[in-house]
Amino acid sequence: MQLTNRKVVVSKKEQSFAERIYLPAIAKGMMITASHLFKKSPTINYPEEKRPIAPVYRGQHVLKRDENGAERCTSCGMCAVACPAEAITMTSGERKKGEENLYREEKYAATYEINMLRCIFCGLCEEACPKEAIFLTDRLVDVEFERNDFIYGKDKLVEKIDKRIDVTKRQTQAVLDFKKIPGLKHNELYDPKKLNTGNKH
Amino acid sequence: MKVTIDGIEIDVPKGTTILEAARMIGPEVAPPTMCYYSKLKTSGGYCRTCIVKVTQGSTANPNPMPKPVASCRTEVMDGMVVENTINKEVLEARKGVVEFLLMNHPLDCPICDQAGECHLQDLGYEHGAANTRYEFPRREFEKIDIGKYVQLHMTRCIMCFRCVKVAEQLTDNRVHGVMHRGDAAEISTYIENVIENEFSGNVIDVCPVGALTDKTFRFKSRVWFTKPVDASCDCKKCSGKVRLWLKGNDVLRVTARKDQWGEVEEFICNECRFERKNTADWKIEGPSPIHRSSVISQNHYNHLNELKVQVMKQQKALGFMDINKRP
Repeated sequence: MQLTNRKVVVSKKEQSFAERIYLPAIAKGMMITASHLFKKSPTINYPEEKRPIAPVYRGQHVLKRDENGAERCTSCGMCAVACPAEAITMTSGERKKGEENLYREEKYAATYEINMLRCIFCGLCEEACPKEAIFLTDRLVDVEFERNDFIYGKDKLVEKIDKRIDVTKRQTQAVLDFKKIPGLKHNELYDPKKLNTGNKH
Repeated sequence: MKVTIDGIEIDVPKGTTILEAARMIGPEVAPPTMCYYSKLKTSGGYCRTCIVKVTQGSTANPNPMPKPVASCRTEVMDGMVVENTINKEVLEARKGVVEFLLMNHPLDCPICDQAGECHLQDLGYEHGAANTRYEFPRREFEKIDIGKYVQLHMTRCIMCFRCVKVAEQLTDNRVHGVMHRGDAAEISTYIENVIENEFSGNVIDVCPVGALTDKTFRFKSRVWFTKPVDASCDCKKCSGKVRLWLKGNDVLRVTARKDQWGEVEEFICNECRFERKNTADWKIEGPSPIHRSSVISQNHYNHLNELKVQVMKQQKALGFMDINKRP
């Protein structure tokens, strides 16, 4: 059965004298090597030099805090159910009195773990999140020696209060416009000044 | 009595309601319900979710009824013609009802333990609008403690009265009810009384929203990360037929079994529901039937064969080679 017509019959031809002494072939190879000395090198010195990356690059995750420094994540599980690699696990805790500055809502993530070896950086968790808590960033996941070290807990994921991570570039104009729809502001606190704005019905 | 619902005729005994007749035909024509519960007497008539249009009253009086009627409280007449899903007016009116129900309902589904098995969530998804037009603050209540087993979130209540009827008809010494009137109405106990009755846990199962939830399951897990199995035990107080919600080998929650209308098949006692949290206490019968469209069926592969048949049908229609015949 013939599958393609690219079939070639191999022939073992006797080499000529020029081929047998190899010198012309070596000279030809050296010419190619020498020509590369005068070409621009594609290599960059990585830690000092960095290639430009897209503003929506999907790198290491961050769990955002809100304007007051409280954690946004309510441990609703939408990211974990959306995750195709099943890399996210979490347990929830109930906010106690006096912890209002730590957690934004009644329920919070007591533990939150992402296995960076399982994660395929697809960004579906970011899309599923109803609280704008999890974002992928332009940071790279660090190299580790132990597999266990790739399981990132809240200590590595939640942004530090004094070292906020900017994700505004990830939010496209379409998303920002969507958030301006007055009907979507249920979770905002009651402010009488804000009444009678937006769409009339 | 012959009655036609959405063009399908059915013979039902006298005294049947339109809703019951529609349920006899099947889930395609049955209107959704939030307050009606077939196992509780005098339930229904509060929420107006089940409204239908009667285009012909009966053979004796073929005039249509002037307004949509609540199908859970309207009995059928001989020769009645009812329109539910095929009538635009009904769907539009139901959309309005959903909007009213959601007006004071907080959108805290990410926190709520009922999310994933909430009837109001399903209803809103199917009939509701994506946006709200309501711009005022939602009503709020003082939190009260009604015992160690049941958690009350009054803000989520939609005033269906089901829990009150459970307390009235299933148990004696009812201690909770509806206080105040109108917008200020709330489910409450008289002077912070504690609900202590062997069957009081059933209010959790009948609640269509997350207003009454299990305190022993509070924030333990989202329902779609648990695996439901049917189990039974020898219980002196109740039938002992329950549904366990497992995570690994841990029993996170015990509920009664529910039928296709989301109604409890047999009420269970508090000991089964709150105290037996060990797989050794139960005889496990097998995985619970969960509809494939439900989020709870996520990652449970009970329907794999059904799915395979469906995929093969689609592939055949597209002219693909049969999977089993491929060389």
